[in-house]
Amino acid sequence: MVKLRVNGQEQSFDGDSSMPLLWYLRDELGLTGTKYGCGVALCGACTVHVDGEAARACITALSDVAGRSVITIEGLDRDGNHPVQKAWRALNVPQCGYCQVGQIMQAAALLATNKNPSEEEIYSAMSGNICRCGCYQRITAAVKAAATGA
Amino acid sequence: MTPVHATIENVSRRGFLKGVLATGGLVVAAEFVPARAALAAYATGAAKMTGGVVSDPHVFISIDPSGLVTIVAHRAEMGTGIRTSLPMAIADELEADWSRVKIVQSPGDEKKYGNQNTDGSRSMRHFIQPMRECGAAMRQMLETAAAQRWGVAVGEVQAQNHEVVHKLSGRKLGYGDLAAAASALPTPLADQIKLKDQAAFRYLGKGNVQVVDLFDITTGRAVYGIDTKLSGLKYAVIGRPPVMGGKLASYDGTAAMKVPGVEKIIVIEGTPPPSKFQPIGGVAVIARNTWAAIKGRDALVVHWDDGPHASYDSGAYKAQLEETARKPGKVVRNEGDAEKALAGAAKTVSAEYYIPHLAHATMEPPSATARVANGKCEAWAATQSPGTTRTELADKLGLKPEDVTVNVTLLGGGFGRKSKPDYVLEAALLSREMGGVPVKVTWTREDDLHHDYLHTVSAERIDAGLDAQGRVVAWRHRSVAPTIRATFVPDPKFEQSGELTMGLIDEPFDIPNLRCEVGEAEAHTRIGWFRSVSNIPHAFATQCFVAELAHAAGRDPKEMLIELLGPPRRVDPRPSLQNGAEYTNMGDPLETYPIDTARLRRVVELVADKADWGKKLPPRHGQGIAVHRSFLSYVATVVEVAVDEKGRLSVPRVDTAIDCGFAANPERIYSQIEGAAVMGLSLAKYGEISFKNGRVQQNNLDGFQVIRIEESPPITHVHIVPNGIDVPSSGVGEPGLPPFAPALCNAIFAATGKRIRRLPIGDQLAT
Repeated sequence: MVKLRVNGQEQSFDGDSSMPLLWYLRDELGLTGTKYGCGVALCGACTVHVDGEAARACITALSDVAGRSVITIEGLDRDGNHPVQKAWRALNVPQCGYCQVGQIMQAAALLATNKNPSEEEIYSAMSGNICRCGCYQRITAAVKAAATGA
Repeated sequence: MTPVHATIENVSRRGFLKGVLATGGLVVAAEFVPARAALAAYATGAAKMTGGVVSDPHVFISIDPSGLVTIVAHRAEMGTGIRTSLPMAIADELEADWSRVKIVQSPGDEKKYGNQNTDGSRSMRHFIQPMRECGAAMRQMLETAAAQRWGVAVGEVQAQNHEVVHKLSGRKLGYGDLAAAASALPTPLADQIKLKDQAAFRYLGKGNVQVVDLFDITTGRAVYGIDTKLSGLKYAVIGRPPVMGGKLASYDGTAAMKVPGVEKIIVIEGTPPPSKFQPIGGVAVIARNTWAAIKGRDALVVHWDDGPHASYDSGAYKAQLEETARKPGKVVRNEGDAEKALAGAAKTVSAEYYIPHLAHATMEPPSATARVANGKCEAWAATQSPGTTRTELADKLGLKPEDVTVNVTLLGGGFGRKSKPDYVLEAALLSREMGGVPVKVTWTREDDLHHDYLHTVSAERIDAGLDAQGRVVAWRHRSVAPTIRATFVPDPKFEQSGELTMGLIDEPFDIPNLRCEVGEAEAHTRIGWFRSVSNIPHAFATQCFVAELAHAAGRDPKEMLIELLGPPRRVDPRPSLQNGAEYTNMGDPLETYPIDTARLRRVVELVADKADWGKKLPPRHGQGIAVHRSFLSYVATVVEVAVDEKGRLSVPRVDTAIDCGFAANPERIYSQIEGAAVMGLSLAKYGEISFKNGRVQQNNLDGFQVIRIEESPPITHVHIVPNGIDVPSSGVGEPGLPPFAPALCNAIFAATGKRIRRLPIGDQLAT
């Protein structure tokens, strides 16, 4: 039996504790905002926060998050108005949108510890998040905008 | 009165069109002017597509008593913004307040909505006119209803921003108050519909409307195919034959069945090549969640009978394609006498180019859910072609199309992959085998790369002759690539007209002796449409070669390009085509969408000006330029690169100019062109699917790499040629891609003197 907190709610699971958090969130809890893209931590589409830090849910076993707090996109901000989300909308970042949840979670984790990241720091933090549509220039701009509140 | 759509729905007419197409005859627009074309300012090929065009306002628009306007989006959203942009065209003509508009996605039903195959950069091109008509017709019905209510002449009233105003008295009625009366009125006939003047547009051409899914995308509420949730849903992952045409020899599912959560193993019968849109077969593991299905699939012990493609080796195949391109091929276009001119030239230049197979690698891999029960099928799928998906499901399951419902989710990327509904058919077959339990099929990333309908692989060879003054007097382009047609018919051998049309036989250059040839190439894998399709290899070869000619002649590449484009004129390649080659113009009439060298020249001059072509650059920096017309749009790109001493490539700046006719939603045009630069850099730098023993060598996004944020061009400057609504809107989703790779490689040459003729660049720049 694994117990964890997801978006502030206590959850318990008595199935296969080697199951990656990604599939637990999506298939067992129905939190489909967290996306599958590669299954091996190459693309970042499944990024969530574990105890406040960005983590790839596809390679994080449920047993690894026992007793810990997981925040998904559904729990990032009750009204969907986290500064990163607002910046993403102000700059019309998404195209297909599929990877954007992971991008937003990664950017929010960055800004939680670095209020004013340089371009290099943004690249370094966001490098693990692939966007096949190619929204990168707007992602960079949106992270800067979210940082400055612009 | 007759509804506007009646003639389009006419069955005999559709039969006639089908008959003509089946002969493969060259389509001339004038023969196909639809009966209702009195309204359309220009003819398109839309009516020839499956389902044709529907422009009945009652199909696309409804207004409730509160005034909420609901608009149907019938094309699939994969990131282009079309789910917003076409409804926006309706809303604009309707004089609707966008904040009081709701968008609903139609299921697959081409009889009702017209063509839904969201492919070929066709949506805006084929539907801006009918959608404007829809909106205008409903606006006029609202005006008529208000005039009748007030007992005044209809000419005295005007619809303005969600209400109808009586100009003389200042009286107003909201759309909600008028909805019932308006919708009971006859739909105006085509020749009675009055479209707005461009000056009156609220949204079209403005870029002031955000995509309708923006909030949901940023909050994780947007629903993609892979996100379908249903009560009692089971999850399937499938082991498929690793070699095209391979068959299941035997399997042992004992270990798989022991994986907790695995419930059943089902063998899917495959269709041998050419397998079209059919599943390729395999062994499916059905489980209570995706993870158990993945683990179960991994635990299967399967033996495959690989079949005749088991020796496919892409390295050996490359050599074979290149060898073919060195020999005379089948002539598909001929002007003058290129052989003689080459023999008599003062100088000849030759080059060979190679572009390997590419995978779509949509961020959302193929995924679909289906429930087949009680003689009906309902599917939920990220599909570009819901109409085709419905037909294919009906055929496969032996059902009538009206008993098949295809719900269209958002697509996490499409790029042509999701035009092929094999994965939806898989879900339906499994649900049927499971006795009607809904089943979701998820392709893992490995499945996606191993079993894609890949972009073709191509060898291109160009030989040119220059006279003593450095002018190009002869041009011979040979293209050798397995055709997409191989996915549909046995051994078609040569690139087909649809592919030749993409940058080979439509070569616009002003060269007196011009010859295009194709060589035989057998397909050893499923080949399909990939964003911009054969324009990628054809433009890569052609546009790199222009820069090579410029170098050989000691000329500036941009000036050479302008000289080759020649004087402003309309090029018609049709009289010089041979051996059954047809110029299709993407199915649209040349009269509406000409090959216009003035427009090619304009985007070249515009991008050169904006990029400050020829500016002084630091050492090891260089600029490259390329232009290409595809999907009836004109795109020119200047790439600036820097290559350091170790051969590391960076792209500090990209400029792209696009002439896509009337720019309906400039904001989304910017994003498409920005994205094309990133995808173009991905394919140029890393893009390759290779084969050994018939098997794909790349397993995930480490083997098939795409560009990440730090190596992306920091800014792509997009310059849209301003056009009025009278200039027909043309493609946007795809045409940004073809000129990127040649502009990049031309820039690398300018920076380093190293000529890249084989993609991907990989380690070719390493020192």
